[in-house]
Amino acid sequence: MMYDLLMQLEKHARLSNAELAAMLDMAEADVKAAIKEYEDAGIIRGYTTIVDWEKTDRDYVSARIELKVTPKKDRGFEELAEQISRYSEVQSLYLMSGGYDLALTIVGKTFKDIASFVAYRLAPLDSVQSTATHFILRKYKEKGVVTGDTYRDERRVVL
Amino acid sequence: MIDYQKLLSHTAVQLKPSGIRKFFSLAAEMKDVISLGVGEPDFKTPWVVRKKGIDSLDKGRTWYTANAGLAELQQEISTYLSRRFSLEYEPKDVLVTVGGSEAIDLCVRGFVNPGDEVLIPEPCFVAYAPIVELTRGKAVPIVTKEEDEFRLTADALRKAITPKTKLLVFPFPNNPTGGVMRREHLEEIAQVLRGTNIIVLSDEIYAELTYGTKHVSIASLPGMKERTVLVNGFSKAYAMTGWRLGYTVAPREIMEVMFKIHQYAIMCAPTTSQYAAIEALRSCDEAIEKMAQEYDMRRRFLVDRLNRMGLHCFSPQGAFYAFPSIKTTGLSSQQFCEHLLEEKRVAVVPGDAFGACGESFVRISYSYSVSHLKEALDRIEAFIQELGK
Repeated sequence: MMYDLLMQLEKHARLSNAELAAMLDMAEADVKAAIKEYEDAGIIRGYTTIVDWEKTDRDYVSARIELKVTPKKDRGFEELAEQISRYSEVQSLYLMSGGYDLALTIVGKTFKDIASFVAYRLAPLDSVQSTATHFILRKYKEKGVVTGDTYRDERRVVL
Repeated sequence: MIDYQKLLSHTAVQLKPSGIRKFFSLAAEMKDVISLGVGEPDFKTPWVVRKKGIDSLDKGRTWYTANAGLAELQQEISTYLSRRFSLEYEPKDVLVTVGGSEAIDLCVRGFVNPGDEVLIPEPCFVAYAPIVELTRGKAVPIVTKEEDEFRLTADALRKAITPKTKLLVFPFPNNPTGGVMRREHLEEIAQVLRGTNIIVLSDEIYAELTYGTKHVSIASLPGMKERTVLVNGFSKAYAMTGWRLGYTVAPREIMEVMFKIHQYAIMCAPTTSQYAAIEALRSCDEAIEKMAQEYDMRRRFLVDRLNRMGLHCFSPQGAFYAFPSIKTTGLSSQQFCEHLLEEKRVAVVPGDAFGACGESFVRISYSYSVSHLKEALDRIEAFIQELGK
């Protein structure tokens, strides 16, 4: 039961507390209290919208960058991660297992924006050994939602 | 000029067109209509099942199967019925059909002589009465009421039985009401039937979609298996409507007659679908459970909002439809649906499409995403508010 509310909110952030309560068979006041608790505890970090920018005429480029990093003696990857996450261009930042250490997604208006970000912001950082930049060509699924072609209900009323 | 009306079978010509179809042809011509009308899952067939269908084509399995179906599928169905509903049928007594619909047709054609009466609890699925009429039988509706949670009561059944009664159609969990019959209710019905020669055509196509209680088949009650023709299928539970696959089980002598009709009329159910269905029964318990949970959530969401906007709605316990009363609006079902469609571009099904006693109700399907439901409900709410002014 504990995760049901979070899972529904993750999918349907725009439902009212009353609607969520009905769906989950909870009291409306309990839903409200639980959400407050999750927000206070930092479990709920915000409510966002999934936008398929490819469908708009906004100039938009995103890239995935892999960083190899020399960890700092005391703080490991934390210090660098903190620094990088301060840039507003950075959409996500993860510490990875495997062939490289940090993975980040960044967005910009043009390829040049991304190139300058890598050249002037990331590469010069002390502990960054190397960077590999992969431009995202097309998004098929984002935050659990299939993007691209809009869903068309092909079902018919047959009887 | 040929007068076709004179040539065509009078019985066939006189069949009433489906009230659902009539309404939705209207909706189809309009723009931006949000439909809450369909009677099939919005989920896709689980991928493992689709893959099995594809694999069977890949291997070139494109021939007829045995008339009764693939032996392996008969075996799986037999196991499934035992596992899920404690029903014991031999694999060779399973007849695989083209959807539950064919099985209903087989049963009616197998039993009904001209003039025989077939009891049909209403509101219900729209196909039973026309099929009975095609065999020159007489469809006798039994009204089920909201105050009885849309169950068939022993009393209503007893009153409807005559010496001509041949079959009782038993459509639970029910489309469109969402009514279910629990064990204690089934027992009351069984008590009425045990002393008679009435056969039960139990249409359990929504058996996997019950909320709160597990489905019990009337055939599992003492003395009932011998008088029950059970119909089920893959359409609703496994989201496999387009595969057209169902099945029926019944006592052997009955099966032999239904088998004969099936053999002449259909030959066998689609081969690809049968291979896919084997996989569905073997590995999809979890997938169908998940779908049922999702329906359950939408059900609560929908019923709660309908009640709050002033459309009193019985809390459905099975299938994927809500059947709210629209009495307070002062409109007939047809008027309500027409106005809602014209003014708010939302299509729901008038309740009288499911039998005369469905008047003053509408059917709303919740085999739609929550956001789709929300948008439609917002429009219905605005419609109700404007009516009140």
